[in-house]
Amino acid sequence: MAIIDQEIIDQKTTSEIVAQYNARPEMLVQILQTIVMRCGWVSQNTIRQLADELNLSRADVHGVVEYYHDFRTEKPGKHIVKICQAEACQAMGSRALTEHAKKTLAMSFHDTENDITLEPVYCLGNCACSPAVMINGKTHGRVDPARFNALLDDLRGGQ
Amino acid sequence: MARTKIYVPRETAAVSVGADEVALEVARVAKKTGTDIELIRNGSWGATWLEPLLEVEVDGARIAYGNVSADDVASLFDAGLVTGGDHERRLGPIMEIAYLINQDRWTFWRVGLINPLSLEDFEAHKGFQALTTALSEGPEFVLDAVMASGLRGRGGAGFQTGIKWQTVADAPGEQKYIACNADEGDSGTFSDRLLMEGDPLGLIESMAIAGFAVGASKGYIYLRSEYPLTHSILSRAIETARDAGWLGEDIKDSGFDFDIELHLGAGSYVCGEETAMLESLEGKKGIVRYKPPLPAHEGLFGKPTVVNNVVTLASVGNIINLGSEKYAGMGVDRSKGTLAFQLAGNIKRGGMVEKSFGITLRELIEDWGGGTASGRPVKAVQVGGPLGAYLPAEKLDTPMDYEAFIGIDAMIGHGGIVVFDDTTNMAQMARFAMEFCAIESCGKCTPCRIGSTRGVEVIDKMIAGDRKDENYDLLVDLCDTMEGASLCAMGGMTPYPVRSVLKYFADDFASSNELT
Repeated sequence: MAIIDQEIIDQKTTSEIVAQYNARPEMLVQILQTIVMRCGWVSQNTIRQLADELNLSRADVHGVVEYYHDFRTEKPGKHIVKICQAEACQAMGSRALTEHAKKTLAMSFHDTENDITLEPVYCLGNCACSPAVMINGKTHGRVDPARFNALLDDLRGGQ
Repeated sequence: MARTKIYVPRETAAVSVGADEVALEVARVAKKTGTDIELIRNGSWGATWLEPLLEVEVDGARIAYGNVSADDVASLFDAGLVTGGDHERRLGPIMEIAYLINQDRWTFWRVGLINPLSLEDFEAHKGFQALTTALSEGPEFVLDAVMASGLRGRGGAGFQTGIKWQTVADAPGEQKYIACNADEGDSGTFSDRLLMEGDPLGLIESMAIAGFAVGASKGYIYLRSEYPLTHSILSRAIETARDAGWLGEDIKDSGFDFDIELHLGAGSYVCGEETAMLESLEGKKGIVRYKPPLPAHEGLFGKPTVVNNVVTLASVGNIINLGSEKYAGMGVDRSKGTLAFQLAGNIKRGGMVEKSFGITLRELIEDWGGGTASGRPVKAVQVGGPLGAYLPAEKLDTPMDYEAFIGIDAMIGHGGIVVFDDTTNMAQMARFAMEFCAIESCGKCTPCRIGSTRGVEVIDKMIAGDRKDENYDLLVDLCDTMEGASLCAMGGMTPYPVRSVLKYFADDFASSNELT
């Protein structure tokens, strides 16, 4: 899963993605997932265009976009930081890690500040290396506050 | 001198603690020192606590080095890595590691052993032998073998796989489907992921066998989006199988057509419920369907569909290769065969342990797991994911057996075992169960949609000490309603962890306004 490389998906790219899935309406979730992987979110214009090209109602497309956590309707930051909130990670201190992250970044979940979007995630399947964090699609395990800070430094250094 | 094979896993957990950096460093140091090596990115053996686990092949044996970091690599080469030299990270031969050799590896036997993306390596380890046998023996042979094995659904529900397959085989209609549920959303579970990353061709082979047995020409894998590395490995494996003629039209001149389409989920937990998953595969909101009709009669696009979990399907290969009697000979009573137990959370030696049913929780947590990572006493163990009960330490002698767990108001589910130490406030865990249900409910039925939010509110009042007895009764009543009237296991089983906290850890409601 690539790091977000576009601010917004233009009409032409959207059409190309739809064509890649042969404009099959049952591929809507896959089409949206492809869009979100490329640019991080789904705009109202894209919803309109997908409805047209897939011969669905705007309400259908809107409903699917609203239903799934992955489909943001606001532009996220350049970097997406997800902290696992599920039980196995809680057993290893993810609640404290989450507090640390919120305090360090001075933000809450679903906020975007300084090019970073902070989100909760419910299980990354890395439960024997808890707590787990996903940054730009890569999972990191055994993350304590010090390692979290180091990962953030890498992120900022790499900008 | 021949090339030395060095194995470094390309598996999410190993990579999450530095396996890619280790692999890069191995390649760099080998080049610098002029050492002729072949670097193989295998799957993980499942001894996750030892990751990154590097192996070197010396005279046919694989020597393991545990918890290797990129910084260790140069000193490993200095210590004579290519000849299995001594080093503080050296564990000895992989085949002598007790954690691994005391398992009953049936479904996961190739995981860790082979290069997951090498068709040659797969075929050298019985790859596609089971499918070849199935194609020559016929669908009835496969259906009979699966039925006789006693295999039950490993996704959590534990339904007899043979009955499900027979139902789909008997259902009228030209078009049928195999839908593999790889939406492994339960916290504490990662066995599907380990299998797909370590032996993806094994899953593909078993799906083709399922398709052949029931008369389905198309299979879908619904993979959760939280597993991007799995997606990359699985996509390549599907291509590999297709290129080699093991997927597609007229597979190996048998007249049997079968292909697989890989779909990604989009972060919805409830899409792990089979009918919600089918809706999502159809491109819709992942909203649970009423049952009946069962998916075996009217599933994907209204056609008869086998919906099985990854591990269930992958178990079939060896049932064909080694025989259903052998599989049924493992386990206890109605829980036949093996389960991939996953040791997670606050545990010293976390990882995957494939064992026959009948082993106790205590053996898994103490003998394999080595107790808590923190070294503190075990307070609670949640078995079977977020919808499973929290069991206190005095229940650790319960054998892992579907019926024995039902007997203590718990469930084995997908085999996830999450350990909590005595610093955990269980009232907060009960609250989290309701909160999680509120976040993930699909919203179709009222007990789940509204009940979960009311549950959080009532628990908050209890934690605050507000009319505790009245609110206790209200919570029990709410649990009754959710359990009896919800459409699926999301609302119907969220009461399990909540009730177990009321039953075993009621004191935590008194103290939780002080501790968090």
